[in-house]
Amino acid sequence: MSDVLKSLIEIVGKNGVSTNAEELWYYSRDPGVLEPHRPDFVVAPKTTQQVQKIVLLANSEKIPVVPMGAAMALTGLVIPLKGGIVVDMKRMNRILEVNPLARYAVVEGGTSQGMLKAYLQKHHPELRHSLPDAPAATTIAANVSLHGQGRLSQQYGFNSDMVTGLEVVLPTGEICSIGSPSLGPYWFSKSPSLPDLSGLFLGWLGTTGIITRLGLMLYPNKKIRDVEIFVTDRPELVPEMLYRLTHLELLEDINAWFQPKPLVFKDNYQITIYFTGDDDDEVEFKRKMVWRALQPYMDSKDGGFMSIQYMKQMLLEMPQRTIADFADVAKGGGFEYSGPIIPIEHFPRYAAKLIELAEKYNLLYAGAARLISGGHAMMFAVSFAFNREDADMMLRVKQALDEATEFALQQGGIPWKPNFHEQRMILQRMDPNTRRILEMIKRNLDPRGIMNPGNWEAN
Amino acid sequence: MEKTYPIRHGDVVHRCFRCGYCKFPGDYTDFNCPSYKAFGWDTYSPGGRMWLIQAWMNKEITTSPHFAEIMYACVACDNCKNQCVFPKFRDFLPEIFEEVKEKLVEEGVVPPPVRDYFKAMTIYGNPYRLPRDARGDWAKGIDVPEFSAQEYLFYVGDVGAFDEVGCRMARSVARVLMKLEVSIGVLKEQEISDGNDVRTMGETELFRRLALENITTFKEKGIKRVITLDPHAFNTFKKDYPALGADFQVFHHTEIIAERMRAKRMELFNYPLTVTYHDPCYLGRHNGIYEQPRNILKAIPGLKLVEMQQHGIDSFCCGGGGGNFFTDILGAGDERPNVVRIRQALETGAGVVAVACPNCAKMLLNAVKEEGVEDRLEVLGITEIIERASANL
Repeated sequence: MSDVLKSLIEIVGKNGVSTNAEELWYYSRDPGVLEPHRPDFVVAPKTTQQVQKIVLLANSEKIPVVPMGAAMALTGLVIPLKGGIVVDMKRMNRILEVNPLARYAVVEGGTSQGMLKAYLQKHHPELRHSLPDAPAATTIAANVSLHGQGRLSQQYGFNSDMVTGLEVVLPTGEICSIGSPSLGPYWFSKSPSLPDLSGLFLGWLGTTGIITRLGLMLYPNKKIRDVEIFVTDRPELVPEMLYRLTHLELLEDINAWFQPKPLVFKDNYQITIYFTGDDDDEVEFKRKMVWRALQPYMDSKDGGFMSIQYMKQMLLEMPQRTIADFADVAKGGGFEYSGPIIPIEHFPRYAAKLIELAEKYNLLYAGAARLISGGHAMMFAVSFAFNREDADMMLRVKQALDEATEFALQQGGIPWKPNFHEQRMILQRMDPNTRRILEMIKRNLDPRGIMNPGNWEAN
Repeated sequence: MEKTYPIRHGDVVHRCFRCGYCKFPGDYTDFNCPSYKAFGWDTYSPGGRMWLIQAWMNKEITTSPHFAEIMYACVACDNCKNQCVFPKFRDFLPEIFEEVKEKLVEEGVVPPPVRDYFKAMTIYGNPYRLPRDARGDWAKGIDVPEFSAQEYLFYVGDVGAFDEVGCRMARSVARVLMKLEVSIGVLKEQEISDGNDVRTMGETELFRRLALENITTFKEKGIKRVITLDPHAFNTFKKDYPALGADFQVFHHTEIIAERMRAKRMELFNYPLTVTYHDPCYLGRHNGIYEQPRNILKAIPGLKLVEMQQHGIDSFCCGGGGGNFFTDILGAGDERPNVVRIRQALETGAGVVAVACPNCAKMLLNAVKEEGVEDRLEVLGITEIIERASANL
C-alpha cells in the first residue's frame, strides 16, 4: 500500500477511500462526450477538517485534487485530467442552518439541490431557493462554482449571485470564511461592504479551492405557481417579446426554447412564462398582464398562447424531471450542451446557428434559453443528444459543440461551464491584462498547481 | 453485425444517463437507495451500477470480488425503477441487476456470504442449515391444521419457519386468520422454500427447481389459493410461478385480513397507541399493496397511525431484500439501512413500528437493539397488534 493511500485512510477511514478498479473507472468520467482520465484515488470526506487534511496531503505530495459533486456539468469539469485525488463531496450533505427572517440557508458543500428543496418544503414551506432544472442530485456548491442558474434567476440573477457566504479550503490548506461569516456567526452577505472575495471562487470551476460550506439566499415561496406558453414561428421577434415580458417585473422565470421533436414543436419557438401568487387574484392579475404584454403579437398573427393543460403538471415540476429525457432521444443515454451567456438580442442568430450545426453534423438538437436578471443576459443552451454506443455520433457532438463555442466567442458571448478546451479558447481571446490577473490569482492561491489542474490553464 | 450482449437486457444498459434520480425518493428528502446510502460511492447507486455493467460488458473492467459486492449490495427494493426518469427502460433496471448476478453465479464469483447461502439452500433446503423436519416446528402450540381440503394454504416461508421473530409472526398471523374464520391449512415439514431470494441472487436453476417442486406439491394437494406470511414469497408466487406452470391464486395475509375485518366485525378494544407502518418493498413497490395494511391498523379503535417521511412508494427499505437478509452485505457502517429506517421511525414519535414481513420485522428489531431504543420503540407484526387490541392487553 502506498504512503499516500495509508495517509488518506488515516484521514477519512477505509470506507472513505477507494482505489478499486470500479470506483477509479467510474470517477474518471462524466456523462458528457469528453475522454475519461483515471484518478489515482477517490475519497469521500465527511468534514471540513478532513477536506483540509486531504488538501494538505495533496499539497505536500504535489498530487492533483479534483472536487466533485454529481458530475452533471457534462463538460468534464470533474474529470481528473492529470490524475490524482477525486474528492466526492456528497457525504458532506447536512443542512446546517436556515434563518427564516433573513431568508438564507447554510449548507455543506455536498448538499444536493433536491435535499434542500425537500428540507425547506418540510420545515420552511414559505421559503424556496433557486432550483436549477438539472437533476435533483446536483450539488449546490458545484452549481454556484460554475455560475449556475435556476428557477429564480430571471428575477435575482445567477445562482452564484445568491451566495451569502462561503467556507473554502484553499489549495494551500487554510480554511477560509468569505463574507459575513468571516466576521461573526451570520451568513447574510458574501461581500457588502467588504471587497467581494467570493469572486476568487465562484466561476473558477474548483480550481481555487474546495467549497465546504455556503450560505444561500432564500426567497418567498408563493402559494400558487402557474405557467403559460406563448408560441411564435418568428425567432426574430423573440427578443422583443422577452423584453416586453421582463418590463412587467412580475414573472418568476422565462424560458425560450425550440426543438424539432415531437412534431408539434417543430419550426416553432416557445416562450414558457412562469408566475406565482399567494391567491387567485394575484395569479390572475399576472396572467392578465402577460397576455396584455403579448397581445400585439396575437393581433398581428405572429403568435399565440398554447393550450398546455395536458403538460402543466410536468412544466410546474421542480426540478423538471423530463428534461433529463433528452438524453434518451437518441436512445443512447447522453446529451451535452454548450450554454453561452449572451445578450438577449442575439437569440435569433444563436437559434439559426444551432439548427445549422444540427444539420451539418446530423444531430438531434434542442435549444433553450433562460433569462437572467430581468433580461440583462440569457443563457442559451445548445444541446445535442447522442448515443453512448455510437463513437462517431459522440465525436460529431464534440465537434458541433466546439464550433458552437467558437461561434459564441465570435459573437461576444461568454461560454458557460466551459470544458478545458473551451477554457483555452476563452483565455486565448481574453484581454491579455485580464488574463494576467486571472493567472496571477490562480498562481497565488494555488502555487503548487494541485487544484483541478488542466482547467483554467492556457497550455 | 449486430452486437451481442452477455445479459438479456444488455442492449439498454448504455441508455442510463446517471442523472441520479434513481437514488432519491419522490420528494428528494434523503437518499432512498439503501446500498448508496450505506456505502456512499456512486458506484453503489443504481445509475453507477448501470454504468459499471456497461463497462463490464465492454470489458473495460473485469469481474472481480468488488464488482460482485457492488452488484449484490442491491437490495432489489425497486426504488430505482419507480424514480428513474426514462420510461422506456426503467422497468428493466431490477432485471438487469439480477441478470448480472446470474452471470456472476455462472462465473462463480459471488461474495462469500452469497456462496454460503446457496450452499445451505442446496444441502439443507433452507438458509438456516436446519433439518427439513424442523420446518413445521413454528406451528407448535397453535391449533393450525395440516393442509387437507381447506380453502387456503398458509405458506410461511424460510423466515417464518425458522427464525425466532419470523416464527412469532407466523403464529400470530395463523391465529388471527383462524379467529377471522379463514379456512387455512399448513404444510409444516412438507413446505419448502419459495426461492424468491434465490432468484434475486441469480441462482436461476436452483430457483426453477424449487418453484417446480412447490408447484407439483400444490397441484398434488389440490391447493388453489395461498396466503403468504411474507411478501417475498407472495411476490415470486404471483410473478414468477405462473410462467412455470402454477395455477394457484396468491394473497398476502394483510389482503385477506383487511377484507375479513371489513366483512366480519372483530372484537377490538380501545388501543391508544401511536404506530408507524413500514412498507415492505415486496408488498408495496413490487406489488402495489399499500392500503390494506394501513386499513387494518386504522380499524383498531384508539390507534393513531403516523407516517414516516419516506413511506408508500417512497418507503426506505429495511435492507433485507435481494437476499441481504441472509448475506448481510449492507450490515456495517453508520448508514446501514435497518438503522436508518429505525431512526426515521423514531422521528415520527411512534411507539410501535408495524410490519407485514418477517424479514423486515427481524431487520428492524435488530436495529432497535443496536440503537439501544428498546424502551422507545417496539417492532410488531400487524396481527400482533390486532391480537393485543383484541385481548385488551
